[in-house]
Amino acid sequence: MATHFSKGLAAAAVFSLAMSGVANVACAAESESPGPAYYEALKGKKVGFVPISMGFDLTQGWMAGMQRQAKELGYEIIVRDPNWSVESGIQAINSLIAEKPDLLIIQNNDARSYNRLVKKALESGIPTIQVQQRVQTVSDAYVGPDWYDIGKRTAGALIAKCGGTTGKSGKVAIVQGAVAAPASILMLQGIEDTLKTDAKIQIVSSQAADWDATKANTITATVLKQHPDLCGVAGFWDVADVGTSSAIREAGLQGKVTLATSGGGKRDASCEKITAGDFTVYHSYNVAGQARDLNSAIKMLLQSKLKPGSAPFALLSPLTMITKENMKPTSCWMLDEIEQAGG
Amino acid sequence: MAAFNLHKFRASQEQIVALIAAMVFIAFAIRVPDFLSASNITALIQNVSVLGILATGMALSVLGRNIDLSMVASMAVSVAWMLVLLNAGVPVGLALLLAVAFSCAVGLINGFLVAYVEVPAIFVTLATAVATYGFGKYCLVASDVNYLPENLKWLAAIATAHPLGVPVPVLLFGLISLAAYLFLRHIREGRFIYAMGDSPLAARTTGVSVRQLIVLQYVLSALIALVAGLLMTMLVVSMNTRIVSSTLVYDVILVVVLGGVSLSGGRGGIKSVVVGTILIGILLNGMTMLNLTYTVQNVIKALILLVALMLDSLINPRDEQTAQQGDI
Repeated sequence: MATHFSKGLAAAAVFSLAMSGVANVACAAESESPGPAYYEALKGKKVGFVPISMGFDLTQGWMAGMQRQAKELGYEIIVRDPNWSVESGIQAINSLIAEKPDLLIIQNNDARSYNRLVKKALESGIPTIQVQQRVQTVSDAYVGPDWYDIGKRTAGALIAKCGGTTGKSGKVAIVQGAVAAPASILMLQGIEDTLKTDAKIQIVSSQAADWDATKANTITATVLKQHPDLCGVAGFWDVADVGTSSAIREAGLQGKVTLATSGGGKRDASCEKITAGDFTVYHSYNVAGQARDLNSAIKMLLQSKLKPGSAPFALLSPLTMITKENMKPTSCWMLDEIEQAGG
Repeated sequence: MAAFNLHKFRASQEQIVALIAAMVFIAFAIRVPDFLSASNITALIQNVSVLGILATGMALSVLGRNIDLSMVASMAVSVAWMLVLLNAGVPVGLALLLAVAFSCAVGLINGFLVAYVEVPAIFVTLATAVATYGFGKYCLVASDVNYLPENLKWLAAIATAHPLGVPVPVLLFGLISLAAYLFLRHIREGRFIYAMGDSPLAARTTGVSVRQLIVLQYVLSALIALVAGLLMTMLVVSMNTRIVSSTLVYDVILVVVLGGVSLSGGRGGIKSVVVGTILIGILLNGMTMLNLTYTVQNVIKALILLVALMLDSLINPRDEQTAQQGDI
């Protein structure tokens, strides 16, 4: 009996050991491949995207990267292009909310226009990413630069070239973006707060150019007539600052007046202009990297089961400073590079 | 009453605007150091030269009792397309020729629809503006921002040259407005534009080929828009088609109307366009030098323009006859 019992016990022990082994193998198989659940969560989903306009380097770069991932993972991106019109943008977002996509990506024009729509999207149960600029309503994710930080770094570059220790005039002009744009407002704060720290620096002009090269050109040309000893200009966007640099070149002051600006880092808009001496210092928020950030946020939110808006996070775009001296072949990007391998 | 005394001065709208421009000019000269420097005066005109050239083209159509709302669209698309071609390695001459052909095509379509299909100019050009932009964005120009290639930057240097101490943009504005002035004064077709603007029917009865004249008008305004666009591109080494959705075309109409060109045609001239352009130039330059904020600048600009138009209305009151002239 006793032997029978002990045999039975041993068998049971072996069996249970074997079973736990099987269970272990099964567990190991599950933790080794997160694949099926991941692909399942993304396949067939619908992502709505409302940019300011599809016509410029930032949105084209993001879209190229996002499209690449969408194709690979089998979800769809629905783009509604309002072509610079806030009214069309509002209509586009409203109609997308009605279509109930699985995720919404919004690029804001200013701090207010889409505020209620972001709230509405979240209330309708649609996770929402805000890209590049954020309205007051905090949504699931913000992907874009820390504009205040760009302002600080732009001003820092100007202090280095025009500040107390340089023996220059210290006169600085600010060519802003659009007065109502959060990017412009925050950057201006960052610049002003930082320039204050150097007693020699004097802001002789601070004007809004509406992100427009012609306006930036006019303003800079006028300021340079008034202050021929201007030492530096704080620009807000490469696209507008080709106008600023033209005015500096026309005044015969290229190389003498420092132009610090920032942008997405597309090669013809940035590296080529830095090489030509148009921009002295350039802070890039690297659209190729932003496309990657957007893709990460998309993947996270499509898998997440959290209530939209309940766990907001930000992916701030890392900044790189590019000058003629430190520029590398990889410092800037071209659209076809992102289309082939980006995002 | 002061307002009644105003009737004793018979000043034209052009003279009123010139007077206001002079007053604003003196105010800035007192208030802003360096405002009066010769280089600032030329810069002041340079900054509005593109606006002035566009306004000259617009004036040609408005004087003939028409209007061309497609100028900015045709300017932006033709020049942006030229830049796309240049970036693709097309030789400068050919790219320019294609831009000219594109502008002519827009002008011909406008002219044909207004003159032969007899659709009102305001609707035709509103539609062709949208169509030109849409066609351009869909078929010719993929991006909003198009840069002049780095190896062609010498083209931009043309615009920043100062032959005889005068910047090229100022010279170009001067030449185009002079040509338009001479055309309207001394060339038969130019005189006919006034006749047509006064009364298209009477002009036709007296033997003016009104339809051909309308087509000519639109081709001219499209070509002048192209010149303005080329100048703009050379000044900022790029062309941003976003300009089509800006208020530029209304600014152009404002300059035309401000100087005294009547929207009902036949009244005013190129001199008044120049005066209107210079007033805007003085305001922009002075307010930038005073470093006024964006909003304050807009308010002051709007107020001064309103005062100019109000004074004209007080001094030259509309009577039944002038009020009924034309309809737009």
